[in-house]
Amino acid sequence: MTRARTPEEIDALITAAQEGDRRALARLITLVENEGPAVEAVLQRLYPLTGNAYVIGITGAPGTGKSTLVNAMTREYRSRGLTVGIIAIDPTSPFSGGALLGDRVRMRDLVGDPGVFIRSMATRGSLGGLARATDDVVLLLDAMGFDRILIETVGVGQAEVDIASSAHTVIVVEAPGMGDDIQAIKAGILEIADIFVVNKADREGAERTVMALQAMLGLAPRTVSHHGRRMRVDMPEEARAWVPPIIKTVATRGEGIPELVDAVERHRAYLLESGEFHRREATRVAHELDHILREALLQRLVRRISPAHLEATVQQVVARRVDPYTAAAELMRREEEARGEDRGDGGA
Amino acid sequence: MNTSRKVRVLIAKPGLDGHDRGAKVVARALRDAGFEVIYTGIRQTPEAIAEAALQEDVDVVGLSILSGAHMALVPKIMRLLRERGMGDVLVLVGGIIPDEDVPKLRAIGVRGVFGPGTLTSDIVAFIRRELGLKDGSDGDHAEEGEGS
Repeated sequence: MTRARTPEEIDALITAAQEGDRRALARLITLVENEGPAVEAVLQRLYPLTGNAYVIGITGAPGTGKSTLVNAMTREYRSRGLTVGIIAIDPTSPFSGGALLGDRVRMRDLVGDPGVFIRSMATRGSLGGLARATDDVVLLLDAMGFDRILIETVGVGQAEVDIASSAHTVIVVEAPGMGDDIQAIKAGILEIADIFVVNKADREGAERTVMALQAMLGLAPRTVSHHGRRMRVDMPEEARAWVPPIIKTVATRGEGIPELVDAVERHRAYLLESGEFHRREATRVAHELDHILREALLQRLVRRISPAHLEATVQQVVARRVDPYTAAAELMRREEEARGEDRGDGGA
Repeated sequence: MNTSRKVRVLIAKPGLDGHDRGAKVVARALRDAGFEVIYTGIRQTPEAIAEAALQEDVDVVGLSILSGAHMALVPKIMRLLRERGMGDVLVLVGGIIPDEDVPKLRAIGVRGVFGPGTLTSDIVAFIRRELGLKDGSDGDHAEEGEGS
C-alpha cells in the first residue's frame, strides 16, 4: 500500500518544491496523480498560489507533430524569458492498465533547462483526451510559478474535446497528407480551436489544408464557441470577435513558431481585454466543481450500495424486468435510506 | 477510490548505438504488464536520462546498451541519479554485457542485468519482486523513503 503521508510531510514537500527542488515537485505530481487522500491536502495548500500561469492546449490527430510543436514552442517561450511546464498525455491501455508514454522522444532539446519541467501522464481511464488528474497537475505547476503550461492531448483524432475546459488557448494541429483533409477536421475539434496550425507545411498539400480550414471556418456558425455545454448563444458581441488564425509551421525546423507564439499571446491579450478570460475561468471552475461533486456523490453511492446489490440490479435490467432509469432511481432511494440509518453512528 | 500507485518505468538508450528494437520490445511488454512506461528514444545522454527519471518520478530505470560502452555510461548515470536523490530507484541494464562486467555493474548498484534471449516475462517478474509487488498486481507497492 502507498504510505499515507502526514500533513507535515506534505508541507515539507511543498516547501521544498517552492524552493526549486524538482524532485519534490515530481513527487507532488505523483501524489496528485494517484488521487489518494493527499490530493485535497496538497491542493488546499496550493490553490491560493495559483492563477498566474497561462494554459495552452495542443491537440490534433496522431502524426500531426504535436510533440515536436510543443518542443519548438517551449524553446521560443524560453528565448522570451518565460518558464514552461509541459504535460504530455498518452492513452492507458484499457486491457492491461499500462501505458507507453513516448512524447519525450521529441522533446529532447529541452533537457537540462531548469526553466522547463516535463511530465508524461497516462489517461488512466479518462476518455476525453486528457488524463484524469490533468487539471490538478496544472494547478500544481501553476503554483510552482511556471509562466506557461502546455498540455499535449492524446492524439485520438476526434474525442479530445476536454482540453477546451482545461486550457485558455486551444491549438488544433493539422498536417497535409493526413488523408482526406476535410474529414480529418471533425466538427467538435473545429469548435474548440482558438488557433489552427498546419504543421509540416513544407509538404505537398499544405496550401490545400489551409484552404480547407478557411472554408470550414467560413461555414462554422459564428455563435458556437468554447467550453461546450455552458456557453450561451447570446454572448456579448465581443466574445465572438476572435477569428481563429491559421498558422503554417515546420516545427522540426522552428519555422512559423515565433508567429504561433505571437498568436497565442494575442489570443491571451484578447481574452483579458474582452472579459472573456474571466468568463472562461468561471466556466472552468464550474466544470471542475461539477466534476468533484459527481465523483464525491458517486463515491457516496458506491459506499452504501453493496456490489452484490449493484450486480443484482444490473441483471434485472439485462433481463428487462426493470428499465435503467427506474433502477437508478431505486438505487438513489436506497442510498438515501442507508444514509438516514447511518446518521448518528458516525457514518460508514 | 483508487489510491494505488502505478509502477512507472523509464526505458532509455544511452550512448550512440541506434538499435532500439530490444528497448521497444521491453517497453511494450512492461506496458502489457500494467506498468506506465516512459520511452525516451535513442542516443540519450546520462544527464538527460537522470533528469527524465527525476521529472517522471519513476520507480524503475531500464537502460538498453548494445554498444559496449556500458562501463563508461552506467557508472555516470548511477552517480547522476544519486546526485538527484534518486539513488533508491531500481536500475536494470539490458543488452550485450560480458559476464565479467556483470559483478562490476552490480557493485555500483545495478540490481538486474539481462542479456539477449531474456524472456520479457522474467523482467516483469523481476521488477515485481524487487518492488515487493504480488505477482499479477500492477499497482500498490511500498513506496521508498523520502528524499536522499
